[in-house]
Amino acid sequence: MPHAHLELHRPTGDEVKTTTCYMCACRCGIRVHLQNGRVRYIDGNPAHPVNQGVICAKGASGIMQHYSPARLRKPLLRVGERGAHEFREIEWDAALALAAQWLGDLRARNPDELAFFTGRDQSQALTAWWAQQFGTFNYAAHGGFCSVNMAAAGMYTFGGSFWEFGEPDWDRARYLMLWGVAEDHDSNPIKLGLSQLKSRGAKIVAINPVRTGYASIADEWVPVNPGTDGLLAGALIHELLTRDRVDFDYLVRYTNAHHLVIRAPGAADDGLIARGANGKPLCAARDPTQAPDPHPSPLSRRERGEEIPLRPGDGGAPAPGEGTHARCRIVDATLPDIAPLIAGEYTLPDGRTAVPSFQLVAERFLAGAYAPEAVSERCGVPVATIRRLAAELAHTAFEEAIELPIAWTDTHGRPHASMVGRPVAMHAMRGIAAHANGFHTCRTIHLLQLLLGAIDTPGSYRYHPPYPQPAPPGNQPARTRKPDGSLDGGPLGYPQSPGDLLVDADGRPRRLDHAFSWEFPLAAHGLLQSVIRNAVEGDPSRIDTLFLFMANMGWNSAMDSAHTRELLCAKDAAGAYRIPHIIYVDAYDSETVAFADLVLPDTTYLERYDCISLLDRPISDADHAADAIRQPVVAPDRDVRPFQDVLLDLGARLRLPHMANADGSPAYKNYADYMVRHERAPGIGLLAGWRGADGSHTRTGAPNPAQLQRYIEHGCFFETRVPEAGAYYRMANRDYLAWARSMGFVASLEPVTLQLYCETLQRFRLAAQGHGAVQPPASERARVARYFDPVPFWYPSPSDAGLPLPPGGGTNARTRDANPHPQPFSREESAESYPLSAITQRPMFMYHAWGSQNRWLRQIAARNVLYVHPQTLAAHRIASGDWAWLASPRGRIRVEVRAHAATAPGTVWTWNAIGKQRGAWKLGKRAPEFTEGFLLNHLIGERARDPRYANGDPVTGQAAWFDLKVRLEPDPAPHTPGHRFEPAVA
Amino acid sequence: MTSLPAPAKKKLGLVIDLDTCVGCHACAIACKEWNDGGAFGPLADDDPYGADPHGVWFNRVHSYEVQPPAHANAPREVTLDSLMGTAPPDAAGTDMPAPQMVHFPRSCLHCETPDCVTVCPTGASYKRAEDGIVLVDEDKCIGCQLCAWACPYGAREIALPHPKTPASDTGRTDQKRGTMQKCTLCVDRIYNETLDACDRQPACVLACPTHARLFGDLGDPDSNVSKVVAERGGFALMPEFGYQPVNRYLPPRPRRDGSTIAATPTQPAPRAETLDTEKLPPLLRWLDKALSR
Repeated sequence: MPHAHLELHRPTGDEVKTTTCYMCACRCGIRVHLQNGRVRYIDGNPAHPVNQGVICAKGASGIMQHYSPARLRKPLLRVGERGAHEFREIEWDAALALAAQWLGDLRARNPDELAFFTGRDQSQALTAWWAQQFGTFNYAAHGGFCSVNMAAAGMYTFGGSFWEFGEPDWDRARYLMLWGVAEDHDSNPIKLGLSQLKSRGAKIVAINPVRTGYASIADEWVPVNPGTDGLLAGALIHELLTRDRVDFDYLVRYTNAHHLVIRAPGAADDGLIARGANGKPLCAARDPTQAPDPHPSPLSRRERGEEIPLRPGDGGAPAPGEGTHARCRIVDATLPDIAPLIAGEYTLPDGRTAVPSFQLVAERFLAGAYAPEAVSERCGVPVATIRRLAAELAHTAFEEAIELPIAWTDTHGRPHASMVGRPVAMHAMRGIAAHANGFHTCRTIHLLQLLLGAIDTPGSYRYHPPYPQPAPPGNQPARTRKPDGSLDGGPLGYPQSPGDLLVDADGRPRRLDHAFSWEFPLAAHGLLQSVIRNAVEGDPSRIDTLFLFMANMGWNSAMDSAHTRELLCAKDAAGAYRIPHIIYVDAYDSETVAFADLVLPDTTYLERYDCISLLDRPISDADHAADAIRQPVVAPDRDVRPFQDVLLDLGARLRLPHMANADGSPAYKNYADYMVRHERAPGIGLLAGWRGADGSHTRTGAPNPAQLQRYIEHGCFFETRVPEAGAYYRMANRDYLAWARSMGFVASLEPVTLQLYCETLQRFRLAAQGHGAVQPPASERARVARYFDPVPFWYPSPSDAGLPLPPGGGTNARTRDANPHPQPFSREESAESYPLSAITQRPMFMYHAWGSQNRWLRQIAARNVLYVHPQTLAAHRIASGDWAWLASPRGRIRVEVRAHAATAPGTVWTWNAIGKQRGAWKLGKRAPEFTEGFLLNHLIGERARDPRYANGDPVTGQAAWFDLKVRLEPDPAPHTPGHRFEPAVA
Repeated sequence: MTSLPAPAKKKLGLVIDLDTCVGCHACAIACKEWNDGGAFGPLADDDPYGADPHGVWFNRVHSYEVQPPAHANAPREVTLDSLMGTAPPDAAGTDMPAPQMVHFPRSCLHCETPDCVTVCPTGASYKRAEDGIVLVDEDKCIGCQLCAWACPYGAREIALPHPKTPASDTGRTDQKRGTMQKCTLCVDRIYNETLDACDRQPACVLACPTHARLFGDLGDPDSNVSKVVAERGGFALMPEFGYQPVNRYLPPRPRRDGSTIAATPTQPAPRAETLDTEKLPPLLRWLDKALSR
């Protein structure tokens, strides 16, 4: 019988406020429903562009994160030994005075004695600026161990990148290839997009050793072996080239495929793009009598070049065949309406020899090493599958091409009546990034996109404003300090030549993490993972204070976690800590808290202002430039402060430039004040919406005191639409670029030339070959020469973290590295000892480690297990459900194994960051997170096989988490539960 | 014992698309969150920070490995058994299709003839005449759990009356201990006039990031949900029990992987332009390629 009293109309709460979620990195819009001042319910904001009303498991559990018992209450000062978690509570004034004393003292000596590293921070527009004003080079966020390979490969190739700087054309793609994408990056937008693709009948292919999450709903799962994606992408390119399934017109219009590359082995200009006197790249083009040029070239006769017959090639270049004796001339490659040539060897007007860059790319990937037959076994993908995938890509790109009736004007001023699209989209993430070959692998995937004509066309990958930027973007890392102690620019950036590196006169690293050194020249996001070790070793020099925000370096964000925890406690001979001061900022009692001398408790994301800025990591989508704020929806019920407020307070106490007034008073009351009033350049601040005194300006305009109120009235986000004529081809679309220039995103209407061939890399290689003013030390030359190949290539991981050196030790390794050219691939020496690859991923309900430790999410999973293919288990005589050992050269961990057929047989995997350290997170004494849950981190060495280098990509320094090789060992008592770690005996 | 109302014309329920469910648990948490603070909450959690955290959930997501049959295109009856498969999930070395993962959200199906209602000794468990929603009136529930035994779908959960950790850190005390709880189809949302019209849907439906959950009247053949069910071959869960579930599941669409499209020609005839030169090495073919910038 019905309820006597059924409440059908109970209000959700008594108040609702919008803000931006911070339970992961997506930055979805949320509505927080309050009841009597407490959070009652959080749901997605239907009006928000990122999530369109949906909300993930993490986002909806934010309420339990906010009310977590693990939240810190008050500043803490260490009273026991480091690691013992013995603190006393102190007042904020005392805490900030102490921090200001440490930081002020060291800044007077040498600002680089501060290492300021933030974790998965969304306020880098502030933190990087703060580091710049403080004057330390030793700053970065967590990108070095997350995705810098994706960012750098994208930026250096096409001035954008996967994830935040672009997206698949969800509305029009007919085919989506997901490379190494687990349940992450990003979360809700990808899920919304996959749903759209599914409803339209698009095919989804997941290239991944593990089938879960997105791969589980994909049409096709390609269980590639970890670290071989670049080889597979290379084989797909091989197939496309072999079968002439390439969008050549796209290549010569938008990429540097036709640019002539100087061929002069041993010379200082070998491998550089040939340029005319005006600095423009040159190309060979058909004679104008065959292809009339309606736009007379502005070049001089000499620059135009004499009519030069094609020369028979040598050294692998083809000889011209019958009917290929077209006459050509050497012209400015950027001219419109020319008929560029993409193969052959040409003589430049000055007599040098050059070949189109496309030919170099083609020679690389047409080589037998990239034939499907050659890569199949190593990749674990049948030859027929590789061929079919290539054919499907080409079929979709060319036979299913789409054409939108959108008129647009290109950068040459030529009108076009429509936009042709290649409806093949790709997306890649950490499965590609987290290998030491990730940079070149990601670049190979981008080349695959370029060859298909599938960057920023209808149906393919699309840029998010403010991208595209020049490839690479024009901002280089700061290199000098001004008289006021601040840096002459942001500490991070994109080096374009060896002169941009941060090295001393001997070519040694200047930064603590060795970013922008010859070890990791393009480390655009720094190497957070190397900071603690280098700080302890004083490499390149000792620091005074390690200042960490939201980076759980005492646990799941560190390689070799147990050792890292020891390092944090390491003392010198005099008994002093080798890292004299550690300041840590966190909202929760995470594992790293125990190692801090001073803990500054942060608020939750529901208690503060925040800024998701176009200067940092905006929430733009392909059709909109957008940014967002967080507003405090509840007041803290304890003595905690927003980190951003604390940072500005410290800056004022330290009288850092622009943070204190002449009388020493703070220049900004708090972060909200900074968000509104700070101008990075005249009229440009952190927020783009409602600028100008009356709020009528977008992107540029005077600060508007009512700006935050306007954001709050509009759901805490701002978006402005890209004009329709600028919808695609943004790298060369005048309609888009004019809009982007009006928004301050680009400086000019110059097209962005997509870098099939990456000349920047060649500049570093030339330095390694002994050319130029800035050259690497002798010890680094072979390595730089090998990995700074302007054409992407595949190589087996050079890190194989911590594996024993092959016979002959370093000598052997160096000899192999000394070969500047990729060799036919050979099996790693370690194959027998550690035959399995081990990788991790985050479950969707815990996407990103922070904010995943709460009472609801841990009911879904409070522990993890190791998933292994059933045949692999059988071969080890281990049964599903047994406890067994997983061993690497670092040691071994005891884990429960579980059969999972949707795993490549040579791979084992687990959910990451569920395992916790005993005592952390205010968990009970027998919480499964530490009795049974585990981290793979213990098995991952911080050093590469050659211990002089961090375990990372030799181009970018990206942490090579997924290069881990392991073996499975049975346990004599397989039915006795219990996780533990046994370090290897040194 | 409790009697069922006369069959209602209106049959509110959920349609869950197993083709797009990625197993993210968004629906489960959104459900927990809404109902924890809603008219049917709180939803108890036992030992929330301890060794055995567990609690009441109206909606849970299970993930299964599935070995598709060798001939995936062969017509087959779609049932839960056929989806979940009983074959060992090991296709390596055979020509079996790749194993799949199916994510299966499970909640009350609001059956038309459910024993969970008829077994109730107090009338606490009942089916609404006006829309078919099955509810529990906790004021009448004595916690005997007969209904949970009667439900073959595991849709009902009870918070036992002896919590290990009585204090709730959300400031609420768990008052619903000892009574049966279950999916209400968010009856306190779907008619709720304090919500915007677009928000009058179950929390799980609004949350789902892949839009794999639909809500509507399955008694109306012209409703969106009924049309989708007809179009996609939506099926009832374990109809053999005879409870006539209202909710429907949409089966995964056939996957277009190597096993299903290998025979489909995807390589069209070479374009005329390349016919003459196809036998040449590619670099030679491209020497005189006519391109325009």
